[in-house]
Amino acid sequence: MTKFLQTLMDGISIGSLYALIALGYTMVYGILRFINFAHSDIFVLGAWLSFSVALCAGWTASGAPLLFPTWLWTVLIVVSVLGPLLYVVERTALPALRSSLGPRVPHALAGGFVVTAAVWAWVLVGLVFLARATTASASFRPLTGVVILVIAMGGCGLAGYLIERLAYKPLRAAPRLNVLITAIGISLFLQNSGQLKFLFGTQPQKMPELMENKPLAVVAGVAINRVDVIGAGTAVALMFALEWLVFHTRLGRAMQAVSYNTRVASLMGIDVDRVISFTFVLGSALAAAAGFLFVMKLPGALRQPADTGWVLLGLKAFVAAVVGGIGNIRGAMLGGLFIGLLEYFGVAYLRPELRDVYVFVLLIIVLLVRPSGLLGKATVEKV
Amino acid sequence: MNRVRAFAACAIIGLSLAIILPGCDNSPQASAATSPGSGSSPTNSVPNPTAGTTTPTDASANSPATETSADEYVVGHYASMTGSEATFGKSTDDGIKLAIEEINAAGGVKGKKFRLITYDDQGKGQEAATAVTRLITRDKVVAVLGEVASSRSIAGGQVAQQNGVPMITPSSTNASVTEIGDMISRVCFIDPFQGFVCAKFVRDNLKLSTAATLYDRTQAYSAGLNDDFKKAFTELGGKIVTEQAYAGGDADFSAQLTNIRDKNPDVIFIPGYYTEAGNIAMQVRKLGLKSVLIGGDGWDSAKLAEIGGQAIEGAYYSNHYSDEEQRPAVQDFVKKYKEKYGAVPDGLAALGYDAMRLLADAMTRAKSTSGKDLAEAINSTKDFAGVTGVITIDAERNARKPAVILKMQGGRPRYAATIQPK
Repeated sequence: MTKFLQTLMDGISIGSLYALIALGYTMVYGILRFINFAHSDIFVLGAWLSFSVALCAGWTASGAPLLFPTWLWTVLIVVSVLGPLLYVVERTALPALRSSLGPRVPHALAGGFVVTAAVWAWVLVGLVFLARATTASASFRPLTGVVILVIAMGGCGLAGYLIERLAYKPLRAAPRLNVLITAIGISLFLQNSGQLKFLFGTQPQKMPELMENKPLAVVAGVAINRVDVIGAGTAVALMFALEWLVFHTRLGRAMQAVSYNTRVASLMGIDVDRVISFTFVLGSALAAAAGFLFVMKLPGALRQPADTGWVLLGLKAFVAAVVGGIGNIRGAMLGGLFIGLLEYFGVAYLRPELRDVYVFVLLIIVLLVRPSGLLGKATVEKV
Repeated sequence: MNRVRAFAACAIIGLSLAIILPGCDNSPQASAATSPGSGSSPTNSVPNPTAGTTTPTDASANSPATETSADEYVVGHYASMTGSEATFGKSTDDGIKLAIEEINAAGGVKGKKFRLITYDDQGKGQEAATAVTRLITRDKVVAVLGEVASSRSIAGGQVAQQNGVPMITPSSTNASVTEIGDMISRVCFIDPFQGFVCAKFVRDNLKLSTAATLYDRTQAYSAGLNDDFKKAFTELGGKIVTEQAYAGGDADFSAQLTNIRDKNPDVIFIPGYYTEAGNIAMQVRKLGLKSVLIGGDGWDSAKLAEIGGQAIEGAYYSNHYSDEEQRPAVQDFVKKYKEKYGAVPDGLAALGYDAMRLLADAMTRAKSTSGKDLAEAINSTKDFAGVTGVITIDAERNARKPAVILKMQGGRPRYAATIQPK
């Protein structure tokens, strides 16, 4: 009984993380009808960003907090002075010149964007400092965790946005296979560039521990860990937030509309590009949250970015999306939990070394018996 | 307009990444920066040019690897310089480089100096085979050194055997490595002995009687050592209560550990590599298990304490040497290594050093540098005084040496016991 309960808890704990990642696969598929293979690398990016921010915030087991290098301050100050300056020039001097000299006068419009960039940068610096301030006192450490989570989600959201804009958008009209291959290319690019020396490096690292590595309580022989409780709680909260966003807001309704029929949605005045960008940002942010929670749960599992262990985790999340019915948000949540439980019960009660086999055998069975997944609708594909 | 937007987005993400990432320069990652991460993987054609270039006259080392000049011997080394077992490759490489530096400073062998070419196999068996093929066919090495992990030594060793180039593995302990053929030998003990050492220590020194094992099914070293320990432990009157396996790359061991907790063993034997051992230790304590943790020489890395933290304190593992041994050879080596690299050498560095020096010794005795003659000279090594003990290569091309048991205390391994060969 103890074993059953312990396995149940471990399965739910990891299953909720699979669910978070699976949501990104399923949302993108729902709208663009292609599998975003770079999604699992966003998850990895989230994990490593969390680690980097934690270190910057001085959240190490020992040693003084790390300071930003001076060149970064220089860049920041130059950018934040230059931005407003360009903006003012564009507003005051250039229109006058343009009217007298004609269209040869270049636009200094980038000034506005530089301002935006500077604001972003300062917000991030502020967040890191907030994290650092809260690290000092042990009682505020949960707040540090929240700040790290926010930065990781923001960073990955931005990365997701950029990937969509730079890699997938130019291929919107191309055959679906091209997009799929591009996604694999992006995945390889992210994996290998992440291993650069000045990014994350080629060695596994250990995530500093937010909470004491001890069971919170032992109920009926089941060790309940604070990290697991908070991790699963955060995951569930994020899923509820997503549920609300998709089913109870205008933007969510727009997403559903685009997913249902892109062309008609755009005829109804929905900005399709924007909805697609938003979907990517949302999915990537959720993957980042999963990455953060994963390294919180398993601090020693922060492997180098191109490690195959990460790919496997991403694939299992993908299986979760397919099992739940790809394109269906609630299906992805259910599928994630299901995969997590299946994996952990398989390991605990059958042969432990076959943990990946259970998941992929389930995939085969689902594809044979109910290809549209647990909650998916069967559709007739016109050939 | 769209282009401007895209540009601005680039600027924003670039900035935000720039803020978050470089601040971590002083992090533990800085240690990774010292490893030759210049991508000397077999698939890209840049060999590691820094290796073995320590004497001022040896400027030719920076020339392309294909030019084997007549006045030097080229030695190949393949190792995991990156990935989960990165410190294995790095330590061994540093040990080899230190040995080459000394040999060259003393005039080399038969008037020729040594040059080292190191390839990174990224901890993958397939890459190991590619690296050895490239060392032999392109770089024309006289001999190959490597690997630490037995699975990769087997992959690389088969290539070396086929091509008739001698290979010395510094620290692969699985028995089947040298069974490949007469070209393959090693300077360390083998797992049947290591399993016996761990079992004997548990039974005689710790006086404990029940054990659970948790091993990596995908690594020859881990699976083999697991069997050897089980056999020895049962023979010594102990009882194996449960045996659990995982596959390399797994990060969460809670299900296996839950099974182990049900049996409540005195010790848990974990014959894996250090990254997983550190991970497992943390999860053991998380589950509230109090068993003593025991491991093999795969634990030997400074990273073990970094990953395992408090959880690994009080654990034991068997190793080839301890830097606290008072033998003059050990203390001399530790001093030289510290001077050059500023760190305490682990067992893999010591074995790399021994392997290279044994190779040089064999070359002075060999009739010629042809693969056959050199292998013969290596295989007939007798009473070679190494840092890790006196090395005699036996008929199975293995070395017979005592093993030490180390205990993790205060974040570093301390000497606990020495166990002699049967």
